[in-house]
Amino acid sequence: MRRLRTRIALIAFGVVLLAAPLLVRQPYHQSILVFIGINALAATGLNLLMGYAGQVSLGHAAFLGIGGYASAVLTVNHGANPWLAMIAGIALTCLVAWIIGIPTLRLHGHYLAIATLGFGMIVYVVFVEWRGLTGGQSGIPGVPELSIAGVSLDTHVRFYYLVWACVYLATIASANIASSRPGRALRAISSSELAAQTAGINTARYKLQVFVLSAGLASLAGSMFVHYINFANPEPFNFSYSIELVVMAVLGGLGNIWGPAVGAGVITTLGQVLQPMGKLLGDLLGRTVSDLDVPAFGLILVLILIFLPRGVTTSLSALAQRRRRPSEAA
Amino acid sequence: MAVMENSEPILEMRGLTKRFGGLVAVDGVDLSLSRALITAIIGPNGAGKTTIFNMLSGVLRPTAGTIHFRGRRIEGAPPYAIAALGIARTFQNVQLFEGMSVLETVMIGRHTRTRSGLLGAALGLPGSAREERAGRAICIEALEFVGLATRAEDEATSLPFGQQRLVELARATVAQPQVLLLDEPAAGLNTRERTELARLIAGLPQRGITPLLVDHDMDLVMDISNRVSVLNHGRKIAEGPPRQVQSDPGVIEAYLGEEAAAC
Repeated sequence: MRRLRTRIALIAFGVVLLAAPLLVRQPYHQSILVFIGINALAATGLNLLMGYAGQVSLGHAAFLGIGGYASAVLTVNHGANPWLAMIAGIALTCLVAWIIGIPTLRLHGHYLAIATLGFGMIVYVVFVEWRGLTGGQSGIPGVPELSIAGVSLDTHVRFYYLVWACVYLATIASANIASSRPGRALRAISSSELAAQTAGINTARYKLQVFVLSAGLASLAGSMFVHYINFANPEPFNFSYSIELVVMAVLGGLGNIWGPAVGAGVITTLGQVLQPMGKLLGDLLGRTVSDLDVPAFGLILVLILIFLPRGVTTSLSALAQRRRRPSEAA
Repeated sequence: MAVMENSEPILEMRGLTKRFGGLVAVDGVDLSLSRALITAIIGPNGAGKTTIFNMLSGVLRPTAGTIHFRGRRIEGAPPYAIAALGIARTFQNVQLFEGMSVLETVMIGRHTRTRSGLLGAALGLPGSAREERAGRAICIEALEFVGLATRAEDEATSLPFGQQRLVELARATVAQPQVLLLDEPAAGLNTRERTELARLIAGLPQRGITPLLVDHDMDLVMDISNRVSVLNHGRKIAEGPPRQVQSDPGVIEAYLGEEAAAC
């Protein structure tokens, strides 16, 4: 019953994704859809980690960065095939996540959050300071376009279809995991590690696996990002982007397979709206007001945690079900 | 399977000891379980019963002593490994998982008997799906055993406390453990629920499960146990068939002493 509903929703989601570029004609709006897709991909990985397994990461931007820089360095400096570079980036990111995960995932709650935060900051500093490899603050320009079977993905719409195909597949994978042995094991871990362990679940191994998987998805998103904007620099992979990803996952609804797309949609759009507003406010006050989005996202996170702790998607569907019940009973 | 007496113990503790700083919670306990017999550990509060369970299930590492399970030493092994070997447990304060249906909760119990991994599940491989269907059937059967099949889709934590215990029992049985540790299974149950629980526990040996229970509730223990061990202050003070233990002067003193102190 629940599976059937999920399947129908997935088909509907696919139709909407296919049709969206036909309705959205402005290049600027199309590019926002691409950025939403990239964020949704990363947030899907974070949702597996936070929503299913209950482990917090405040350093996920670093995994996008490692993937992004791997793509940029390998394609620009070494002329590698972009797809192979992407796969190499994912492999490297997974390896880093695995090494980082072994000690940090022994920590719980706040300690894990602080450890991942520290990791994210260190990686950011490496991006800035390892100039020989990363070009420092000036970054790596000229990252080539992706192409599939000779067709260059050099338009917003073409890139849109690539990114959202990945999001779509990642969403199906999340749905599959949710109702499976490992998915239940992850949810058990997030509820009570002790009870999960005594039920025979190797909690350390599962946490590590899901951490690596979610880092791999982030890496894929990071590679797509640098290919899309043809440029890699440290700024997009900083601490505040890690927080943005967390806000997307929480806002969308932790543990909900639709949460990442919804959260990414809201936060990305809001970021685009807030940027010009910040500039406008700056002009009015006669000085630079930067990053109006950071306090706004902070406020959203606080409000969501107070009023909709299960996130927008989950709360709305619970509301819809409550509405439906009386009519079913009648 | 017929109930048979087997001289070879399935689970055997020798000199089992646990110290917390200066406090000796369990002090050199020898205890063995015979296959298919119901064994109980009783004793006043703080006698060390739950500490023994925590050592048997790997939650605590013994300070000294050994635990043999089917001839193999298991003391100090991690809980998931002990569960995988075939020792399941329930908790005094029921441990269910937030947001899971009754059926999903019971399916957690199948974890050690199934194999499908994160990638296989993500890709929706056919092996994963087959295993899922087979597991589901076994779990529904277990829910029928405890009389909760109609509640399969309800959220487990929304059930009344007595039924939550039964969910936990079903979860433990689908793991097809050789030994099942039941930590105060009757606590918080009403008389009717208790009778039902006693019936279910008495039926476990026929399913190839050897129960070890810990309880305050003398009535339940005396009714269904084949052997009873009595603990007091971490030491075993008596052991034997229920009736014999019940009339043991040392046991009476331990229990009356506690009641006198409580007055």
